[in-house]
Amino acid sequence: MKISGAKIVVETLIEQGCDTIFGYPGGQVIDLFDELYTARDRIKQILTAHEQGAAHAADGYARATGKVGVVIATSGPGATNLVTGIATAFLDSIPMVAITGNVSCDQIGRDSFQEVDIVGITMPITKHNFIVKDINELADTLRTAFKIAKSGRPGPVLVDIPKDVQTALCEFEANTQPVIPYPLTLASEKQLQMAADMINSCEKPYIYFGGGVITGKASEQVKALAEKIDAPMGCSLMGLSAIPHNEPHFLGMQGMHGHFASSMAKNEADLIIALGVRFSERATGNTEHIKRTHSIIHIDIDGAELNKNISADLTIRSDIKDSLERLLFMVEEKKHPQWLECIAQLKDEELKRTDSALKLARKKRSSRTELSPYDIVDTVSARADENTLIATDVGQHQMWTAQRYPFKKPRTFITSGGLGTMGYGLGAAIGASIATGRKTVLFTGDGSFGMDLNELATAVTQKIPVVIVVMNNNVLGMVRQWQTLFYDKRYSSTTFDRMTDFVKVAEAFGAKGGRASTLSELEKLADEAFSCDTPFIIDCMVDSDEMVLPMMPQGGSINDMITEIK
Amino acid sequence: MDQYVIGVIVANVSGVLSRVSGMFTRRGFNIDSLTVGETESSGFSRITIAFHGDEDIKERILQQLQKLHDVREVEVLDNKDTVIRELLLIKVRNKADVRQDIMTAVEIFRSKIVDYSPTSLTCELTGETSKIDAFIELLKPFGIMEMCRTGIVAIERGENCLKTVK
Repeated sequence: MKISGAKIVVETLIEQGCDTIFGYPGGQVIDLFDELYTARDRIKQILTAHEQGAAHAADGYARATGKVGVVIATSGPGATNLVTGIATAFLDSIPMVAITGNVSCDQIGRDSFQEVDIVGITMPITKHNFIVKDINELADTLRTAFKIAKSGRPGPVLVDIPKDVQTALCEFEANTQPVIPYPLTLASEKQLQMAADMINSCEKPYIYFGGGVITGKASEQVKALAEKIDAPMGCSLMGLSAIPHNEPHFLGMQGMHGHFASSMAKNEADLIIALGVRFSERATGNTEHIKRTHSIIHIDIDGAELNKNISADLTIRSDIKDSLERLLFMVEEKKHPQWLECIAQLKDEELKRTDSALKLARKKRSSRTELSPYDIVDTVSARADENTLIATDVGQHQMWTAQRYPFKKPRTFITSGGLGTMGYGLGAAIGASIATGRKTVLFTGDGSFGMDLNELATAVTQKIPVVIVVMNNNVLGMVRQWQTLFYDKRYSSTTFDRMTDFVKVAEAFGAKGGRASTLSELEKLADEAFSCDTPFIIDCMVDSDEMVLPMMPQGGSINDMITEIK
Repeated sequence: MDQYVIGVIVANVSGVLSRVSGMFTRRGFNIDSLTVGETESSGFSRITIAFHGDEDIKERILQQLQKLHDVREVEVLDNKDTVIRELLLIKVRNKADVRQDIMTAVEIFRSKIVDYSPTSLTCELTGETSKIDAFIELLKPFGIMEMCRTGIVAIERGENCLKTVK
């Protein structure tokens, strides 16, 4: 029997295991939404306030579960509103399928109403994209889109479907199984033996891992390797949550705002074992200024990442889990007491610095607030459990959360790393919470929240149990921090002086909220927020001059690390 | 910096040239020459790209090209063992006092006159880039009215082939 293109899309989505779509209707996807209406008991549809929120929600859904997130938008502005969300997913290798409507084939290229070349626009920010002009190719194109999105290093794929293709009729037969990803590249024995030889003969190893360990489900193997070869480990922002925070060998995030001990250890190691990580400049600083004293083994599923940002001594293109499982048999059990002693000293030093910084911060609290960012994170984490999802927006609050939050399980940290998208958090939190049904916390700032608070409407409608912690410092804190340190305190366009009352915003959207400027107020509100099954905003007053430390200035190296402000 | 010539077999689908050339633009790699045309199988096109760079840049270009979904095969063509050709069409002023000089150049370079008018002469020349360059230099004093060149196509000698199907 022949069915419409719109129905083929819906049936193929179901066939591919899609249970939820995030989206926003419009002129060129009415047919598609009409079929979704018919299938509403088989696919949950989440109507967001803005297409960008829908894209971030699909991304959050994917990060929390590892499944492909699906977002649907109409042509023109609907499609362009997805762009930031797609780029966010692309930079962080998140599997996503974005479906857009377009004007009918005969109207394409005539600058028709709400027509844009979304395939052209998204070419550099998708793994691949398609425009389907022939209904006979529709089902297979969608299947390929899913296949590409979840294969190897995952990423977003866009499928643009003109309106007349949605209404055309075609035979369709559903497959019984979702598509299987392309086979993974695996390391050769020889490569792994070379890696093992380097590891066996080194004295100061450091494991540096990234988001690839979460995507590649290799947390256990990384942990086992660290134990077997007695190596400290640190991660990039994207690697956070892969390894429990209290794992003895784990030193936390390293890099521009990483933990002191973790960054120092990486610098002093004689061998860096890099796993599923791409040495972004935010994580490595300037590698040209300092003479390299360590060797690097770099294992990644994406061959294009090898020797891209740094040149490694040994590069292995491979699935991370498989290569580590095999490598574990080849490496010798080792103890590095001297090296670990050195690490312990670094950790001690870090602890002392953090403690004294906290004390100092508490002492010179302004009249406006007595809350320090770390106190806020601690108060929240005390009420969360290991399954609580932690989403963030982008800026100082994101770094404070990354530094301080005690992550225990993979896929519990939902943050925009590569693109650094302010306005990412609430949409992502909604998607992650819907995907898992779990309690979700969004750490955000007054700047970021101003970009995505429209999605409160969605959170309220969907009864999302999200605790929104706004670190409200009345400034664009991260940029202000740079202006303080490097621009002679010229605070150009970073002081808000807004009159926005986030508690009233909460009420206006039908959510709950309260304001905290003391620890006891915060504790009381946090208790209330965690027992609430609807969105709850805690508007936390934070001093405008709080800084994220330590900090390696952009383009600087470990030698330029700023650890305290006099 | 060396010059590299790579052959890229791509699926013959719309947008593929944008994907390939776009990758170069967006990652800051420069293209010296790019040509595209049909292959022995109708489903595939062959793109020949010449670029300057070091070993590192070459590797990065190859890796990035291989990641594109529509790219089936990428290979660096061995400079010494590859036939490289370019086609030039060049129009010069046809004046009595220089006509014989032009004819001599055409003959020596094994070029061909493909159009002749009272005021203009159009020559066709195939060859390696350096030969084309030399020919153009030679004709410059006679007054070049317009010219166009195709960019290079290249194919390896002997058994080595870029396969359209793996």
